[in-house]
Amino acid sequence: MGKYLKFFIVGIFFGIVLVKSEAVSWYRIFEMFKFQSFHMYGIIGTAVVTGIILLRLSKTRQVKTTEGSALRVPLKERGFTRYIVGGTIFGLGWALCGACPGPMYILIGTAAFSILIVIAAALLGTFVYGLLKDKLPH
Amino acid sequence: MEYILQPWPWYVSGPCIAVVMFLLLYFGRTFGMSSNLRTMCAIGGAGKRVAFFNFDWKSQKWNLIVVLGAIFGGFIAHYVLSNPINMDLSEATVTDLTALGFNDVGKNLLPPELFSWDAVFSIKGLSILIIGGFLVGFGTRYAGGCTSGHAITGLSSLQLPSLIAVIGFFFGGLIMIHLIFPILF
Repeated sequence: MGKYLKFFIVGIFFGIVLVKSEAVSWYRIFEMFKFQSFHMYGIIGTAVVTGIILLRLSKTRQVKTTEGSALRVPLKERGFTRYIVGGTIFGLGWALCGACPGPMYILIGTAAFSILIVIAAALLGTFVYGLLKDKLPH
Repeated sequence: MEYILQPWPWYVSGPCIAVVMFLLLYFGRTFGMSSNLRTMCAIGGAGKRVAFFNFDWKSQKWNLIVVLGAIFGGFIAHYVLSNPINMDLSEATVTDLTALGFNDVGKNLLPPELFSWDAVFSIKGLSILIIGGFLVGFGTRYAGGCTSGHAITGLSSLQLPSLIAVIGFFFGGLIMIHLIFPILF
């Protein structure tokens, strides 16, 4: 359990931030896609800018992970089709049910138990992707 | 304490999310919430039928622990660290949603019109949740990541595939809200 404690604590922090920022709210996602508030753009924008700075700093200071290797972000494979088509399908679902995977889990903690239906459907979607993977253009 | 009980502004929340991403990288892992869906499929035995799920899911246990923490964090934030919810949504959003037939906009995290048990047990309500969830689960694996993996981690590390994926996220979202919602509601 000891080696997993730090992941549990990071998870708790993540859950708190996403609820307190209202990023788990269906309404905020609707508002974002309507361009009616800066709120979600501010969250994603400052997250990315802070992320860029943290990654730059860790590179110049040659920060090592707790496991001793160099800290680096795994690279996504090159490609276009899978990212634009998969991304669009994801976006359709994200706007419809107002939750991406992180918020889906977090909402369970706020006792919004009907989200379990969304999670079950997302598991099915993931399974069907695995089933069709080799037949889809990537 | 009052500052914690209030909703947190974007300029506090965004950097906090970046810290979550960085800590996971610092622990030698990576920030990706949708990978857990694949792991859960593998735990359920999907690997016996589909090679995509035939991997050592135990190596992903740490990420499931992050999920458990996130659920607990959601509980703490909602029940301990929050004043009653009255979201400060834009006037235009409230007006638009009211016109679409939504009441009490912003008084809960989720609209009762879609997530209350009454709604869930209607054909339309259930279909919306199932189709929405299915598209998220299918699309995220097809695109190789979700908001955490592409929008936060991928953009922070200036990766072109993630930029393409995020453009896709928004393209799909805009189609749903601007073209499909007027038909649905």
